[in-house]
Amino acid sequence: MGNVNLKINGLNVTAPAGSTILEAAQAAGIKIPTLCYLKEINEIGACRMCVVEVKGARNLVASCVHPVAEGMEVQTNTPKLLDSRRRTLELLLSNHDKKCLSCVRSGQCELQELCQELGVTDENYFEGETTHYELDESAVHMVRDNNKCILCRRCSAVCEKVQSVGVIGPNNRGFATFIGSPFEMGLGDTSCVGCGQCIAACPTGALYEKSNIDDVLAAIADETKHVVVQPAPSVRAALGEEFGYPMGTDVEGKMAAALRRIGFDKVFDTNFSADLTIMEEAHEFLDRVKNKGVLPLMTSCSPGWVKYCEHYYPDQLDHLSSCKSPQQMFGAITKTYYAEKMNIAPEDIVCVSVMPCTAKKFEIQREDQDAGGVPDVDISITTRELARLIRKVGINFRSLPDEGFDDPLGESTGAGVIFGATGGVMEAALRTAVEELTGETLEKVEFTEVRGTEGIKEAVYNVAGMDVKVAVASGLSNAKIIMDKIRAKEADYHFVEIMCCPGGCVNGGGQPQVHADVRNFEDVKAIRAKVLYDNDAAKTLRKSHENPSIKRVYSEYLGEPGSEKAHHILHTTYVKRTVN
Amino acid sequence: MAEKKATVPFSGTKEQEEALMKVIHELKDEKGALMPILQKAQDIYGYLPIEVQKMISDETGIPMEKIYGVATFYSQFTLSPKGKYRISVCLGTACYVKGSGDIYNALMEKLGIVGGECTPDGKFSLDACRCVGACGLAPVMMINDEVYGRLTVDDLDDILAKYE
Repeated sequence: MGNVNLKINGLNVTAPAGSTILEAAQAAGIKIPTLCYLKEINEIGACRMCVVEVKGARNLVASCVHPVAEGMEVQTNTPKLLDSRRRTLELLLSNHDKKCLSCVRSGQCELQELCQELGVTDENYFEGETTHYELDESAVHMVRDNNKCILCRRCSAVCEKVQSVGVIGPNNRGFATFIGSPFEMGLGDTSCVGCGQCIAACPTGALYEKSNIDDVLAAIADETKHVVVQPAPSVRAALGEEFGYPMGTDVEGKMAAALRRIGFDKVFDTNFSADLTIMEEAHEFLDRVKNKGVLPLMTSCSPGWVKYCEHYYPDQLDHLSSCKSPQQMFGAITKTYYAEKMNIAPEDIVCVSVMPCTAKKFEIQREDQDAGGVPDVDISITTRELARLIRKVGINFRSLPDEGFDDPLGESTGAGVIFGATGGVMEAALRTAVEELTGETLEKVEFTEVRGTEGIKEAVYNVAGMDVKVAVASGLSNAKIIMDKIRAKEADYHFVEIMCCPGGCVNGGGQPQVHADVRNFEDVKAIRAKVLYDNDAAKTLRKSHENPSIKRVYSEYLGEPGSEKAHHILHTTYVKRTVN
Repeated sequence: MAEKKATVPFSGTKEQEEALMKVIHELKDEKGALMPILQKAQDIYGYLPIEVQKMISDETGIPMEKIYGVATFYSQFTLSPKGKYRISVCLGTACYVKGSGDIYNALMEKLGIVGGECTPDGKFSLDACRCVGACGLAPVMMINDEVYGRLTVDDLDDILAKYE
């Protein structure tokens, strides 16, 4: 396809044929506001925020879906357009709960921002009948508040198209339209996997995680409790965005410092238990290969993926690794090994996790996740919640020094940190499994074939005379493609990594929300993933089995990977669920 | 807002299910199959309860919410069965000014259901309709094919009693 020439606001612009007016304008440095538009996910031209004037066209056209044409003359900011957009906002506000002061999204709300930019001066300009909805608090991980919903359908498009789940969508029509689940089921009664991608997609405060910030503060204030915290690999790759750092800034040191100042007794690192996961999972893989166990082995680090598998592929659960996720392994080892070592009763330890994930709130409540006789992890908060917590307790994040993690559960290798990107778990596992299989030291630890943000990646590695076929998928619609192949016995993979969220945890549903203006034009997944790969490359130790703290846990406590004790503490079981 | 859960227990037969499966398998690989499947399903069952929507979802792989969204968007679909006696109250202009709104409200109260629903025993269903062409008799309601005109709220008990 060639290029076409057009004029936007009198400027000569060249754009690839087939691109939209919005894309052509963006490339020319002209911003057109959008609201319902999410690139490749929700292109429905419904909200009318992105309208432009096209010479010769009868009506204002939606630039997000209108293709460019040769000789086209476009205006993006005439008084007529600015008026139309402001009127559209006023109409949205006529049936919107305008409680901005107490809204979790205030200050980061796309609707609020547009109202300010376009000069809405009377939020009640179109006063009239309004609808009122009960909050849907049925899900463990999140709240749906339809009173703040503007019916843009970004959430339902992500749920259905990106995640192949589709448990929320528009019901009824006209003024009675609302986003909900079938037959007014609560979200918690559906086969929602808890990924939180709907929250990441929402432009307003209609969708948000259940907050556990106050539980954290209460635990810290309780003198009888020993409170430890573990931030996941991806948190350090995105937390900075909440404090004005450019996307792609590694804030590991400031994050550790902030956690210490919040008052946690020990600041540990989920990267440590990511290394531990690799020890167990690589062992499990080699064991299945040697003993003709069920293959492919599939990773089980991502609780959204695990729940998806339980709902949609209950006949394929044997493929799932029995390894707990790094979050849960961390809690389990804290309340057994660490508790014994420190001589603290497991019930007096509160284990808090900071995760890029909302499904982790569900995971901590799962059965068979209580190695020390109490829940492995007590409280799981998202990256966003950590940012709110930091602000709430009055820490000036930007002026913090860089600090490290505490021993003995804070030491990690480069293999642990890349867990947060799609392909990272596979690469980390390969670094250990290949050395174990060949008995030789890897010359090059990078397995670049499994890197990158494509939805599905495949590679074959010849290891000790055996062709090891691996696949990596992220985003559940991609997982579905792999699973359908496996179910139809058309796949001959040995090892498959699945992450629920597109691009992996760096793009998780608990990460700082990215404005559509950025999300539509930047590869958020790649920018954040680079933080993790750079962090890995800068480390001396890059293989999980070389982590001295991990070696110590095995020599002092667990014995060998896959030992009976390791199984009791670090492994779990799954349940069959139905689709609703 | 339309009514959601059917008040009448589902009583689909084996034959109905077979007919539905046949329809689904004929249509499911076509683009835009959901609308004709829902229309035929409603022909077979008379309405689209959760049990029927679940069967369609399981067989087609279309998420339940998508099906429910379509079923609640179009007024041609109903989630409640029709009763043995289908009551339609005319809310057209002539009937309305003659007080058919009161008739409609009184029937909802007497039957314990709202418009669009069916009583749990499957006997009466209640709907509002537009002009039935008997404006001279306003306000008018129909029970199946029987027309009742010049109604007052006080007439309703006697009329309903005829169908007990």
